[in-house]
Amino acid sequence: MTRLSVPKTYKLYIGGKFPRSESGRVYEVASASGAFLANVAQASRKDARDAVRAARSAVAGWSGATGYNRGQVLYRIAELLEGRRAQFVEEIVQSEGVSADAAGKQVDAAIDVWVWYAGWADKYVQVAGNGNPVSGPYFNISTPEATGVVAVIAPQQSSLLGFVSVVAPALVSGNTVVVVASEKSPLSAISLSEVMATSDVPGGVVNVLTGSAAELAPWLAAHADVNAIDLAGAGETDWVDLQISAADTLKRVLTPEPGVPAPSVERVTFFTETKTVWHTKALI
Amino acid sequence: MSFLEYAPAPESKAILNLKKSYGLFIGGEFVDGHGTPFQTISPADESLIAEVASANAADVDLAVATARRAYDSVWSRMSGADRGKYLFRIARLVQERARELAVAESLDNGKPIKESRDVDVPLVAAWFFYYAGWADKLDYAGLGAAPRALGVAAQVIPWNFPLLMLAWKIAPALAAGNTVVLKPAETTPLSALIFAEILQQAELPAGVVNIITGAGDTGAALVNHPDVNKVAFTGSTAVGRAIAKSTAGTGKKITLELGGKAANIVFDDAPIDQAIEGIVNGIFFNQGHVCCAGSRLLVQENVHDEVIDRLKQRLSTLRLGDPLDKNTDIGAINSKEQLDRIRELSNVGEEEGAERWTADCAIPDKGFWFAPTIFTNVSSSHRIAREEVFGPVLSVLTFRTPAEAIAKANNTPYGLSAGIWSDKGSKVLAVADQLRAGVVWANTFNRFDPASPFGGYKESGYGREGGRHGLAAYLQSSGFGPLPELVEGRTPKKPAKKSTKGAKK
Repeated sequence: MTRLSVPKTYKLYIGGKFPRSESGRVYEVASASGAFLANVAQASRKDARDAVRAARSAVAGWSGATGYNRGQVLYRIAELLEGRRAQFVEEIVQSEGVSADAAGKQVDAAIDVWVWYAGWADKYVQVAGNGNPVSGPYFNISTPEATGVVAVIAPQQSSLLGFVSVVAPALVSGNTVVVVASEKSPLSAISLSEVMATSDVPGGVVNVLTGSAAELAPWLAAHADVNAIDLAGAGETDWVDLQISAADTLKRVLTPEPGVPAPSVERVTFFTETKTVWHTKALI
Repeated sequence: MSFLEYAPAPESKAILNLKKSYGLFIGGEFVDGHGTPFQTISPADESLIAEVASANAADVDLAVATARRAYDSVWSRMSGADRGKYLFRIARLVQERARELAVAESLDNGKPIKESRDVDVPLVAAWFFYYAGWADKLDYAGLGAAPRALGVAAQVIPWNFPLLMLAWKIAPALAAGNTVVLKPAETTPLSALIFAEILQQAELPAGVVNIITGAGDTGAALVNHPDVNKVAFTGSTAVGRAIAKSTAGTGKKITLELGGKAANIVFDDAPIDQAIEGIVNGIFFNQGHVCCAGSRLLVQENVHDEVIDRLKQRLSTLRLGDPLDKNTDIGAINSKEQLDRIRELSNVGEEEGAERWTADCAIPDKGFWFAPTIFTNVSSSHRIAREEVFGPVLSVLTFRTPAEAIAKANNTPYGLSAGIWSDKGSKVLAVADQLRAGVVWANTFNRFDPASPFGGYKESGYGREGGRHGLAAYLQSSGFGPLPELVEGRTPKKPAKKSTKGAKK
């Protein structure tokens, strides 16, 4: 007798919890061949605002943690991902219609990218900052620090690797993020949320919305409590309007990239602000 | 004669060799502009200094095309060492003609000669000297090997530090290998035009730097020109926003250096003598026409009365008057328009219930003047605590704990600068960590140096000017070489691509 399986309800991830959309909306996610996979929460404007609020309240703790601590927390996610490798492979095979081999490579790459970025947490300050030899009796140092709340439109393809390639770099310096997952293939983003919820990432540091990027991105681009927006996966939307809207609050904007962005320390430093501190030296 | 009265000691204008009218500096020479010419006046007595050409859209086209040609045929092919030598030459010429530049600056802008002579012009020379040395060392700028110039840079600068802002813009742009079209502010074009003569003396190749004068529409035509690769703007947040909007989707690299409403925090364990001087320098330097001015004084409650008393005493000794007089501390407000704004916001301050105190000093009959003014009993919701006055007006708020000081300091959409006064080092560093501002001055204020990055958080703009960071604003990375082969079939890293999507906007 075959066992009847217990399918999972895929929900949003906001403030460390897994709510349904307040709107009560869901949309059907289908496999590459068109078969029903899941009813996924279709996030609304209100969900986006809740996510920004959760992200804002997590900024002080996450950006205030030491780089060493953030690095360990991020590394642990990679450890847990590795342990759930089979689940991610299966989800990617189902929703993207790729071979198990290709899905496995994507999961491996996602884990390796995550480890690569985790290692930056206690190093990027040394690479992007420096002491300044000013002409006078002053101690003077420039260091980068987190910009704050970063909204991210994840790449539409390679759902797990795409998600990791945009979320991990923003987290390195202590930003908190609100991510709109791949609309067509959101399952691995939600499963990754479950990994984060059971690791040491504080609630609110990563918030995941599923639904329509075209619907959600304008609210995030216009939101006054969002400091920066990464439009990596917004290439198919009218992203120039998003950039125009983001200008109202002078958000830092990273424009769309085709495919999955390559690992790069510039993705880390883009979402930082350089602070220069001067202090007088006594004349002795 | 009291100790406050000094015999007049004006710097002579005879050192200036001004023309009656100035054209646009395009392709290494002065040419006629095709917009309606305008007059630049001395804000100290409203006398005419010179007539200045205005660039219309066709002139902007010509300037950008000239800069492009100079980029393609000369500047992008020149060695970094040679670019550096031109910048060193410019630095030396600025030093040689420092007195003349200082007089011109004070005449046109209204700032005291002791500031233009001792701060603005020496920093201009220092800026060119600093970036000159970078020109052949770009591999070490932190952008990987062989970073590349962007192309033609459009630069629009404000009237508060006319020549210094020019140096902040032009020096790193040229060191990085870009060519430039720069528009000075409408009310202060003079020193930029004298600088054009310096470029001729330096024999800088024609078209590498073009200086076009005009008002806001000239600036808009310049930043929106399709053949511009980089836009650097210093000025108001409103205009900065407009630039961010109009350049969206174009792929132009943008640096915005916008407004501020800096908190200057004085703890009860501060060295009070130095703090009083720092507060005065923070808000009354350059008549408060400083985007990073310490316009919100946050004083710990238990030292409030002492600080305010001593501040009033100190302000009563400041001398307001002829900008060219070497004894002058407070010069003229740059324009009637700005004076009106300062007056309006000060009146609002009174209406909203803050207590106004103004230094007792004689105001000259002609010109634009505003005596140093302090508002006490200001609360965070008052407009004078939220909006940039950009004048010699200080708003005083109080706090009890460091946490309250930090919360009040950060309670603004701006994030350009901040000050901390305390003799306790651990407290200074802890507070500095929490302030959301791009420049934090501890036990000092309004210090500038070419080696030190300057720029804001939040709505004070983005990008940095000064130091290694300032160089990055004018370069694109060639990539960091092969990264670990993490991703099969990943997008190869390509530097700053041009979007085609925005072109139709």
